[in-house]
Formats: sequence, C-alpha cells, structure tokens
Amino acid sequence: MTTTVRTHQPTRAHPNRVRAGAFEPRQLWHSLPQALAKLDPRHQVRYPVMFVVWVGSVASTVLAVLHPSVFSWSIAAWLWVTVVFANLAESVAEGRGKAQADSLRAARTHTLARRVIGEGSEEAVPATALQVGDLVVVEAGEVIPSDGDVVEGIASVDESAVTGESAPVIRESGGDRSAVTGGTKVLSDRIVVRITARAGETFLDRMIGLVEGSTRQKTPNEVALSLLLSGLTLVFLLAVVTLQPFAVYSGQAQSLTVLVALLVCLIPTTIGGLLSAIGIAGMDRLIQRNVMALSGRAVEAAGDVDVLLLDKTGTITFGNRQAAEIIPAEGLSEEKVAEAAQLSSLADETPEGRSIVVLAKERYGMRARFHTQLPNATFVSFTAQTRMSGVDLSERDGLWQIRKGAASAVMKWVRDNGGHPTADVGRAVDAISASGGTPLVVAERLGEAPARAVGVVHLKDVVKPGMRQRFDELRRMGIRTVMITGDNALTARAIAEEAGVDDFLAEATPEDKMALIRREQAGGRLVAMTGDGTNDAPALAQADVGVAMNTGTSAAKEAGNMVDLDSDPTKLIEIVAIGKQLLITRGALTTFSIANDVAKYFAIIPAMFVGLYPQLEQLNVMRLSSPQSAVLAAVIFNALIIIALVPVALRGVRYRPAHASAMLRRNLLIYGLGGLVAPFAGIKLIDLVLSFLPGL
Amino acid sequence: MSPVVAAVLQVGLLVGLLALVHVPLGDYMARVFAGDRHTRVERLVYRVAGIDAGADQRWSVYARSVLAFSFVSVLGLYAFLRVQEHLPLSLGMPAMGSDGAWNTAVSFVTNTNWQWYSGESAAGHLVQMAGLTVQNFVSAAVGLAVAVALVRSFARTGTDRLGNFWVDLVRGTLRILLPIAALAAVALIAGGVVQNFTGPTEITTLAGGTQSMVGGPIASQESIKLLGTNGGGFFNANSAHPFENPTAWTNLLQIFLILVIPFSLPRTFGQMVGDRRQGVAIVAVMASLWGAAVAVISWAEMRGLGAVPQLAGGAMEGKEARFGAAGSALFAASTTGTSTGAVNSFHDSFTAVGGGVTLLNMMLGEVAPGGVGAGLYGMLVLAVLAVFLAGLMVGRTPQYLGKKIGRTQVTLVALYILTMPALLLVGAAITAATPALVDASVQDPGAHGLSEILYAYASATNNNGSAFAGFAAGTPYQNTALGLGMLFGRFVPIVLVLALAGSLAGQRPGATTAGTMPTHGPVFVGLLGFVVLVVAGLTFFPALALAPIAEALL
Repeated sequence: MTTTVRTHQPTRAHPNRVRAGAFEPRQLWHSLPQALAKLDPRHQVRYPVMFVVWVGSVASTVLAVLHPSVFSWSIAAWLWVTVVFANLAESVAEGRGKAQADSLRAARTHTLARRVIGEGSEEAVPATALQVGDLVVVEAGEVIPSDGDVVEGIASVDESAVTGESAPVIRESGGDRSAVTGGTKVLSDRIVVRITARAGETFLDRMIGLVEGSTRQKTPNEVALSLLLSGLTLVFLLAVVTLQPFAVYSGQAQSLTVLVALLVCLIPTTIGGLLSAIGIAGMDRLIQRNVMALSGRAVEAAGDVDVLLLDKTGTITFGNRQAAEIIPAEGLSEEKVAEAAQLSSLADETPEGRSIVVLAKERYGMRARFHTQLPNATFVSFTAQTRMSGVDLSERDGLWQIRKGAASAVMKWVRDNGGHPTADVGRAVDAISASGGTPLVVAERLGEAPARAVGVVHLKDVVKPGMRQRFDELRRMGIRTVMITGDNALTARAIAEEAGVDDFLAEATPEDKMALIRREQAGGRLVAMTGDGTNDAPALAQADVGVAMNTGTSAAKEAGNMVDLDSDPTKLIEIVAIGKQLLITRGALTTFSIANDVAKYFAIIPAMFVGLYPQLEQLNVMRLSSPQSAVLAAVIFNALIIIALVPVALRGVRYRPAHASAMLRRNLLIYGLGGLVAPFAGIKLIDLVLSFLPGL
Repeated sequence: MSPVVAAVLQVGLLVGLLALVHVPLGDYMARVFAGDRHTRVERLVYRVAGIDAGADQRWSVYARSVLAFSFVSVLGLYAFLRVQEHLPLSLGMPAMGSDGAWNTAVSFVTNTNWQWYSGESAAGHLVQMAGLTVQNFVSAAVGLAVAVALVRSFARTGTDRLGNFWVDLVRGTLRILLPIAALAAVALIAGGVVQNFTGPTEITTLAGGTQSMVGGPIASQESIKLLGTNGGGFFNANSAHPFENPTAWTNLLQIFLILVIPFSLPRTFGQMVGDRRQGVAIVAVMASLWGAAVAVISWAEMRGLGAVPQLAGGAMEGKEARFGAAGSALFAASTTGTSTGAVNSFHDSFTAVGGGVTLLNMMLGEVAPGGVGAGLYGMLVLAVLAVFLAGLMVGRTPQYLGKKIGRTQVTLVALYILTMPALLLVGAAITAATPALVDASVQDPGAHGLSEILYAYASATNNNGSAFAGFAAGTPYQNTALGLGMLFGRFVPIVLVLALAGSLAGQRPGATTAGTMPTHGPVFVGLLGFVVLVVAGLTFFPALALAPIAEALL
C-alpha cells in the first residue's frame, strides 16, 4: 500500500475555486432573482414549514385586498418577505456552488477520443460515445476523454482542472497510480487508458452535480428533522385554529390576519427556512476543502465517527526515516562521528541521507558542503548488494574511507578491512532496533590502518508536529484513533506512543484492516478511514466513512464515499469536524427557533385579547406600544431573524472539539437561553421603530 | 404549629417515604418483568385462558393484544352496566343508559375513571367490585405492560420481540397490584375506611332529618383506585367522603399510594436497561415537576389568592376542614400529576392559580410522575424528543441509550405529542363553539366556564378522570365525545409507543463515548424538564390565556 507523502502544507489558493468562508451581504442581492423564482408553489411544497408560510402569505394578501388597512397590508408584505428570505438563504448557499460548477464544466471535454480498434489502429469517436472497457490513446497535449485506468505507458498529467493543484502528477500503468480522471490533460508522453466510467457518470459529472446541489438529496438526519418540524407545525396549526372558537366563546372573535400572523410566528420558520441552506453549505464546506462527498449520508456519518483508522506513513509520520541522534563509539566525540556521517552522506540524495546532513548542521553546526566542493572525494553510492554508501577522500596521510549503512553490511566491511567492531557499537545498534528505530553504522579506515566503527546514527520515523494535540482533541470528542502500519509491533508501538494514538495495528494486511473495521462496527462504533490502493477498496467500502485519495486507484475511489482531491490523509480529522458542525448547526438553530416562540407569545397573545380581558396587559412584559404594532413587530422579527442567521447557517456554528456535555452546556446556553432572550429585545426594538410610523 | 410548617412536614414525610420505598419496589418490579418463571397460579391462568406464555411478541402482535383485551373489556363492562338491574347485589340500581354505559365502560378500561354519574347512586356492589374494580386492576396493568415493553426495547438489541403482553398483564396484576392493594386496603381499614356489604342505611341526623348512608366494599376498591392511578370513587364525593378518606393520615396514605408506583417505575427502567443513573434522571424530572406543582398550588391555596378568598379569609370553599388547604393542595397536585383523578377537594373551587396548575399538570401529558406505566412511557417519549433536539447540538446523530433516533422514531414521537393536544383542543373547541352544548354543560360564564370545558377535555384525553364540578358531563353528547377522547387519548399513544419500541428493539446499540450526549446528570434533567414544559406550554398557552390566566390576573 502506498500513501502520498504530503506534509502539513498550508491550504493553497486554488485558481478556479470559489473562496471559502466569509459570507458577503452582496450575495443576498445577487441571489434575489433565484429567490423570487422559488416562490413557485411547486418548489415551496417540498418544505412543509415554509409552505404553510406561503399559504399564509397568500391568505393574508387576499384579506388585505378585502379589508385594506396599513396593518393588514404590512402583515401580508412581511409574510411574503419571510418566504423570500428563506428562499434567499437557499439561493445564496446554492450560488456558492454554481460558480465552481461552471469552472468544472469548462473542463469537461467535448473533444474526440482516439479509440483503439484492434492491433495498432484507432478511430476518432466523441468522448460521450465511449463505453466502459474501451481503450483510448492519449498523447502529450491531449485531454483525457473520460475516467479510466492507465494500462500502458507512463505520463505526467495536469489535474488542475479537477484538483486545483497546478503541479503535474505522474500516472502509470499498474500499481496504485494508474487512475486518470476525465478532463485532465496529459503533459508528456503517451498512455493507453481503459475507460471505467459511462458517459455522464464520470467523476467530473458527479462533481458538477454535487457542487451545484442538483443531485442533493435530503440526508437521513435532515429528513428526521423536517418530520419533527412538520409535527410541530401541525401542533401550532391546531393551537391557532382552535383558538378562534375559544375567542368566540370568550366574546371577541379574532381577525384572520392576526391568526395567520400568530401561526407564522409560532411555527419553526427560522430553522424551516434555513434547513436546506445548512445542508448545502455543509457540503460546500467540504468542497472548499477539496473533498468530494459522494453521498450526503457520509457527511452526517462523519460527525458520528467513533474510530479513526489512520495510516502511519504520511499521516502520522512524515513518511521517511530521519536521523534523530548520533551515538559515538567509546572514546570518540559526537562531533567526530557527525563529521564522518555528514561526509559520507553529502552525495546521498535519499531522504535518510539528507536528514543526516541536516542533523549535522543543526545540532553540530557543520556547514553543509556540496560534494563538488570536495575535489579530492570519490563518492561510493548505495547499491542493493553492498547496502552501504560512503566516500573516499585522498588526504595527505593516505586514503580516508568512510562508509555508512545497514549494521550487518558495515560490520562486515570493518572485519573485511582488518578491524573488529566493538561491543558498545553492537549494543547501540540493538538499543535502537529495540526502540523501533533503524540503526545506521558509520565506519572509517584511514590509510592502511584497520577499519573501525566510529558510531551509530539513529534513524527514526518522525512524527509530524502537533499530532499529539490533535489526537488529544479527538479523544476529548470521544473519538479513538488507531494507527495502521506495516511495521513490526515493536516499531509500531514506539511510534504509537510518541504520537499519542490510542491503539495501533502492526504488520497490517488488508484482511487485518477489514477485520478491525468489522470488529469495531460490531461494537456499535462508526469507523472512518482513508486509503488509496486497490487493496484498500474493500475496507473503504466497509468503513462508514471511506475517504479515497485522488491519487489512488479508481477501485479505491469507487469504494469510498468521499474523495480527497488533495490526497491528504490528515484531512479525515477536518471531515469529522465538518460533519459535526453540520449537525450542531441544525440542532442549534432548531433550539433557537423553538425558544423564540416564548417571546412571540408574550407579544401576540396579550395584544389579541387585551380588549377582552384588560388584565392580560400584565403579560405585555415588553410594554409594546399597541396591539397592532406588537403583532407586526413579532412578524417582522420572525422574518429578519432568518436573514440575520444566514451567515451562521452558511458558515456553521462555531465548533470547538470538546466533551459532549461541555458542548451541550455551551450550545444550550447560547442557542437555548439566547433564543429565549433575544426576541424580547428584538421585538421591543422593532416596536419602538414602528411606534413612530403613522397608521398603526 | 403553623400551617406552613405542617405543610412542609407533610410533604417531607411523603417524600421520605417515597424515597425509601421506590428502590425496593422498583427493583422488585424489574425482577417481576425480567424473570422467566411462572407461579402456579399464573400457570393455571395461562392454561385456562389458552395463553402460550413462552411466546415472545413482535410490537404489532403486542399492540393487537392490548387492543383486543381492551376491546373485550369495554364490551364486557358495557354489557354489565346495561343489565345491572337483573344482577345480584345491585341495591336496586337501574341499568345505565347507552351513552352513560359507553362512557363509563371506556372510562374504566382506559384507566381514566371519569364518572359522569354519582358512584353511590348509579352502581351496585357487584358492578363496583366485579366490573369497575377489576378494570381498576387490569387497566393499570395494561399501562405497566406497555411501559415495560418500551423499556425492553431499550434494553434489548437486534430483536423484533418485546415480550408477551398476556404474561406482563397477569404478572403486573397478580404480583404487583394485587399484593400491594391488599396491604393498602388493610391499612385503610385500620385507618377507618369502611368495608362491608350493607345496603343504604337510614339514619336520623342531628338536625332531626333523615339521611341515607351507603356502606359497601369501599376500602378494597379505594386501595386500587389510588394504587392503579384510577381515581373512580365509590362515592361521588370521592376521597373527600369520610367513608373513603376519614383522616389526615389516611389522606397522606392515599397520596402515597397514588405516587408510589409512578415514582418507582424509573428505578425499574434504570435496572432493566442496566444503568440506574438513567432512571435517576427520569425520576428527577418527574419529581421536580411534581414538586413545582405542589409548591405553586399550596402557595395559591394557602395564601387564598384572588378577591373572593381574600374576602372570605381563606380559600376553603370545596375543601375538607380535616385536610386543610395544604392537604388538599398536595392531593390535587398528585392526582392531576398522575392520571389518577381521585379528589379530596374540588378543583373547580380552587383559586384561579391553583386550579390552573391542576389543568396544566394534565396538559403536560401526565408525566409528573404520570399514571401507572403511562407516566413512564410518556416521559420516555419526551426524553427521545429532548435527545433528538439536543443530541444534534453535540454534533452526532442523536441516540438515547445507544439507540439512534432517526426518521421512524421522530415520526412516531411527533405523532405522539400531536395526539393528545389534537383531541383536547378540537374537543374543547367544538363544545366552546356550540352554544347549545355550552348551555347544557357549562355552569359558569366567561373565563371560568372555558376553564371548565378545557378541564373536562384535558381530563378525558389524558385519562385523568377528575373534573371541574361546574361542568355537567352527563349529557349524551358529552358522554359520547368525552368517551371518544378517553379512548383515543389512551390507545393511539399506546400503539405509537409500541411501534416506537418495535423500531428501537431491532437496533444494535451504538457505542457510548465521550462524544455521546450523556442522558443523566443535571444538564439533561434540566433540558428534559424544559422540553416537557415548552411542548405543553407552547401548545396550550393561547387557550390557557383565555381561561385560568385571564382569571388569575384579574
């Protein structure tokens, strides 16, 4: 299994990606035409809560025509505004995806594909006519017509149209880097691609559908919440419909306009109006991070994840061994050994060799020298047979040979050259091995003197900085991290301890991985993992959240339910956070919406019945100026709060990893208590403004 | 001793007793419903009734069993009441009319015990004992069975089986209700409650007039009336009658009997799901709501809020001097907080605030602590709702005791919280909107009249059974409509609860981690209490504003 080595680079600005994050008020204005188009009842009927408002708007308009007054027209107007505001929220959320979809669409090819027919001959067919299994030839400068696997050749491919990443990538037949995406461009060489996607179902097509929201289906939790909101709407409908007989009995029938106003204020319009925007924005947040969620269910499942399976290489560690310390043989100084190690590594272009040069410079202040600066040096490069590399320097007192490499190979070299490796070097080698590291022995021979081992370089897998904190964070959120590695148990344990993961799976085979996922799932836990190789595909499919790397094989991409275009395995942690944020936003705004009703009752009920029972004026705790302005103020607040919360819906509520009870306490305080208190202030303020208007 | 100190001591004694008893009783009930052994008597019952006691039922079969049993019960009781005059021990009482018999049959089968008639002048000894009292036992046992089925659905995993209704019914009756009721009857007799088989006795009163005094098997009916949160009195005056409830001590015992099973069931729940803290959270919410109701009603009644009580020097109209305002308030809060409906004083005569709280207590859906079984399943449904709302706020798909709350569960919960308000509001609105119905039944004008209508429908649809006395319920229309309210108010929620149980039992539990919302502890208790109040408050505030609130603010 391979993994891309990508360290914690800052998120790059992608040339063709819409800027994430900040919501600009201008977007509201631009989305107004779409919002008005959504007044179509056929659209509204899909959202039960807002459909009730829509019906209420129509009814109150009819009433205003029949019994015109400033009050009845104001109510009718603000009810329409309520519907439009809800539509605006959705339009703005959708609009953010549209621009991106356009740039993706530009990459979709309508060019001709060169289909192979028989030995050596080919024909030109439109890309849309390609069938799964067809072989096509793509040469430098041509665009790959559809998704597929490279079956012949190697090429550098510009995938910026899809990933936004401008650096070309290598695609070659066989192995885990064989998948190519339709719409990307071959920069060099020639490849033969076997098509794996039907026309219209390519990765690019799916991406376009996804960012546009056209293929968006309500996710399970969203459906459940809509059902609850519909139930609440029915309860309030009942409360308002039966209020009229009670009012008649009590001796004062209410105008229909006021009853409609009461109903609209009570039903959960805030969350009802923002619900679809929250869902779209949640998907969008993933897209902004270059993650394509192929199902909305997966985004929600990401919030529920209990166990993260993380590959060691590339995710937890930098993916290559680095020199961490130098242990000198008895009687020698560290500097002496460091110098020898550095000299022997100057021409060594492997990451391990370079890390020795870096260590010598950083810890021992040894200037890095280009090997060309040493004219008297002959470099001995690493071969699989010798398993060591080194340098021969012609000094005044003879040839100075330095060798470094695997312990057994270097020890043999020492003995072959008349020396005897000392016991302390052997002990150092054993100690490093036991700690999970890799020992490199450094030896020298000056002139005809016997060779000797001068010390040992400790190579180890270096854990990326900040990983421990992230795992601590995850632990606080109740998520267990399991490190997956092909290393032996000893090495794995050492790295697991250093990184602070909860558990590890050493010498992991795909079967082991699969068994681990099944075991966790049997315990009721949801599992997330990343993978890119074909042998990861079954596990990716089995995991509740399977994030495939875009550099991976098409089998892996098919099996997972998300694709990370940056191929950055650490992103799994962000994906979990986005999933949680999506659910929290829904819950917070629902709570806020329901808590708002209390204040609205205190505004509207006394206003409705104060003529009948003057003592109800005591319930008018906000001291609203008149019954009509009280009702109107509540309706206006109800409309404005939707637009005021659009940024929260699009951005998501602030999410900080914490224990569930701490998070619950905090959100209940902000959105529960806040939702209880805020409308009292808001309605009072609006009433103050209204009291200056004539006619109310 | 000042009345306030006496009231506090009385409540303190009651709470202490309940705290003491709920642990062993809760654990005992858990053992009763979890065990798989049958007693000899039970085996005999199963053999005679042809019940396969080993069968484990799916939710739909369980629900069908509940409905079939209750349907047969209604039919049987209806027939009984219709032919009363031909039966022995009828004391010469005539048969009930069709609407009255319908109403009474439904009332006792649904654990409501709404009585449109006066007990002593409409039902003879045989009907009282073999008809009404039998239903007092089995209707309470049905509530227990449904609650236990719901609890099992949380405790079980990956099964579609909820237990056997018939076994639960028989065990609840024979092992829980009967023994406690027998003990309680003895205690009541010791306290002075009448138990005999005599007919009416003519006595000469001190003033020289004659009065007909009815004796009968009162204590035996009394104990289950309270223990099963039934509430149907032997006498019209119910627990205000000195033969039913002679002293302040029997009064306290009666309140204890009302509350003891509802407050013990959360412990049973905690035991059965293997996490007692869950039961503690539920009982804490119930106790807080009950405590608040006791406090507010006691304050209103002892202070005598309102113009008339202030003039009279106390709110003693409709109350018994031997219980006082405090003993009446405590009884009122307990009888409306459970679905009992027995009364030792007349809620119609309470102060506007006190009467309003008894009304609100029922509108909460009878969960503070609620009827036998019904209180627990009602509260658990609200807990599922609270978990769904708040669970989202911790960033996970909500789950309660490891069971995910998805669309099926939310739909069932939404229908559940919709049912009672729909029946209550529509029923009350029809009466309020029809002048002929108002004239026939409503005694007082204005806001108090609306309170009477709302109270009648709240009482029927929540299966409480108490009444604002000013509402004349014995008309053919009200008998029929309130009967329908009781019937749907009982069985629609039961079917929904069993469907919910069916959907939960099949799930494999999700893991509980630091990321799962805890459903115990003060934050959840506060949240659930708030959800109970908000759901009822938002639904009924407009109607209440025109009735008790308008009265209270005067």
